[in-house]
Amino acid sequence: MTQAEIKLCSLLLQEHFGEIVEKIGVHLIRTGSQPLRVIAHDTGTSLDQVKKALCVLVQHNLVSYQVHKRGVVEYEAQCSRVLRMLRYPRYIYTTKTLYSDTGELIVEELLLNGKLTMSAVVKKVADRLTETMEDGKTMDYAEVSNTFVRLADTHFVQRCPSVPTTENSDPGPPPPAPTLVINEKDMYLVPKLTLIGKGKRRRSSDEDAAGEPKAKRPKYTTDNKEPIPDDGIYWQANLDRFHQHFRDQAIVSAVANRMDQTSSEIVRTMLRMSEITTSSSAPFTQPLSSNEIFRSLPVGYNISKQVLDQYLTLLADDPLEFVGKSGDSGGGMYVINLHKALASLATATLESVVQERFGSRCARIFRLVLQKKHIEQKQVEDFAMIPAKEAKDMLYKMLSENFMSLQEIPKTPDHAPSRTFYLYTVNILSAARMLLHRCYKSIANLIERRQFETKENKRLLEKSQRVEAIIASMQATGAEEAQLQEIEEMITAPERQQLETLKRNVNKLDASEIQVDETIFLLESYIECTMKRQ
Amino acid sequence: MAGNKGRGRAAYTFNIEAVGFSKGEKLPDVVLKPPPLFPDTDCKPVPLKTGEGEEYMLALKQELRETMKRMPYFIETPEERQDIERYSKRYMKVYKEEWIPDWRRLPREMMPRNKCKKAGPKPKKAKDAGKGTSLTNTEDELEKRGDGEKSDEENEEKEGSKEKSKEGDDDDDDDAAEQEEYDEEEQEEENDYINSYFEDGDDFGADSDDNMDEATY
Repeated sequence: MTQAEIKLCSLLLQEHFGEIVEKIGVHLIRTGSQPLRVIAHDTGTSLDQVKKALCVLVQHNLVSYQVHKRGVVEYEAQCSRVLRMLRYPRYIYTTKTLYSDTGELIVEELLLNGKLTMSAVVKKVADRLTETMEDGKTMDYAEVSNTFVRLADTHFVQRCPSVPTTENSDPGPPPPAPTLVINEKDMYLVPKLTLIGKGKRRRSSDEDAAGEPKAKRPKYTTDNKEPIPDDGIYWQANLDRFHQHFRDQAIVSAVANRMDQTSSEIVRTMLRMSEITTSSSAPFTQPLSSNEIFRSLPVGYNISKQVLDQYLTLLADDPLEFVGKSGDSGGGMYVINLHKALASLATATLESVVQERFGSRCARIFRLVLQKKHIEQKQVEDFAMIPAKEAKDMLYKMLSENFMSLQEIPKTPDHAPSRTFYLYTVNILSAARMLLHRCYKSIANLIERRQFETKENKRLLEKSQRVEAIIASMQATGAEEAQLQEIEEMITAPERQQLETLKRNVNKLDASEIQVDETIFLLESYIECTMKRQ
Repeated sequence: MAGNKGRGRAAYTFNIEAVGFSKGEKLPDVVLKPPPLFPDTDCKPVPLKTGEGEEYMLALKQELRETMKRMPYFIETPEERQDIERYSKRYMKVYKEEWIPDWRRLPREMMPRNKCKKAGPKPKKAKDAGKGTSLTNTEDELEKRGDGEKSDEENEEKEGSKEKSKEGDDDDDDDAAEQEEYDEEEQEEENDYINSYFEDGDDFGADSDDNMDEATY
């Protein structure tokens, strides 16, 4: 783990779980897998606190444990999973676009709590939705369950590995830690539950749906005495499926930008058809025949078969090679080259960064070197049609920032510099890694700056919160306009200005974090698929 | 490197034209300090994306940040004692609900050990399902110390049955933590010492003498 990643993980853990969990988490990320007592000793925290922190981390799938020889349990942190916490808003927003508010809240509850049973999720979401509805209306559990089942069917939520059911005749002492297993077939299997009920408002004075008085809890909650029907079956959000969705979105929008709306719709149809049949790490989708694609096009699109064929041929001939032709049966078999698409997206990101950082002439040189693979300095000046001095300057600038590298080709065995070719080249993988590292640093800087800004104005923020609370309570008890005005004037105009500036800055920093995370996603996907190929 | 360093004048070993400087030209100044911390950029960054989706995600992010602080997973550092205890601190205390993890999914060493367990006679319950083995070990030790009459076989049997019932834990619906509290209450009821004290005034003396034999501290 690079220092930048560790720093970012530390900031994220601290913001979301507090300092104690951060200390334990960062220690585990730095040192790898360790047993409980060593963690407590090295970090200097009490055993009790270490246990609590580890429980929280395991609950959120950030730390896993393994039993080693002699019954020692070792804990290991997953650094990449910690970095996913940046992407939570994107996951939740995506679910909202696909499954509306109910789905959005389901995924939000699962992300906030790490893992939950289905009954717990349904209850929480129904309660939350009921809060937002008008008075008198409540959210039915059945509707929430339906959305949950749909999410499971499309693999957006999956079951967590569970404790294996051992028989009572197992000899010997129980293991120090359970080994959790999950069967591939069972991962998306929803247990047959009949959850009946409606959501409850927190402050409602009416009796709840079961007809019991308010003091008693409803029957099928995590009450001590009542058995939970799906106890032990926990669900978590399936981040890989979300990543697959984001990747598909990126490809479709790339095609839309490069060609037109219709071709992007065709590509979207092809991707949708291969959602479940293709694994997320496959280099290309299963071949689809042109007839199948024609049948699966969305209803609104009435293009004729010939037009579809023309579009497909165009897509297959495009130098970016997003779509490839793999055969001629069934009117032409077409695949989407996922790895090539990711590589093109990563390259486009690099080009765009070079352009924004160094200018469009540099970008021209960069694209030239990409195209020619290896090129000498003299040739760069000729091909790019840029004066020699400027070209050299730009090449060296990019070289010093590690966007490019030099390849030496000696003419003589003694590698004399006067008799060696020096060729400029762009290694996309290493440039992508470098850029990714920079992204991690940027986000860490953004978070630090945001925390600094908030801390600077802490007193002012607390004051404004207090004033708001006073105004709210006064409005509830019915106060006059003049009194409210007086209270509002407790915050002076320059202070208001300061608050406005602070809010604007914090919003800008937050929005930047979200955008940098999009770049991180693209680069990480590319690096991952390239490493798998090798 | 060995070479003609000391003999003649310094001569470049490569073609200086290739690098970009002609002979005799003034070379750029040597850099003596690290580059500035906040360098000036000629090219300003592109403005951020705006749109309905981005705004929604922004609001969501800020909301999530606040929500996480109120969840039971956010473990706060115990603050040092302040000089003056402020009234507002009590006012603004956020109510957090307790979270009890599912102990079946975690290693056994994660369960908190209750050091304040009463050292009284423990009931010999064969069906003692759900107890953490750490607790049963402490209890067993205390029992062994307290009741010298008990044979080792009995204890082993009890341990064996306890372990077996631990395996059958998966079928058990109650949380182990709840079981702890439940057992404590049960033990309190079964502790003859207290019961007799309140219920039967006549037998008070006799019973308490009996209990003195069993419970040693």
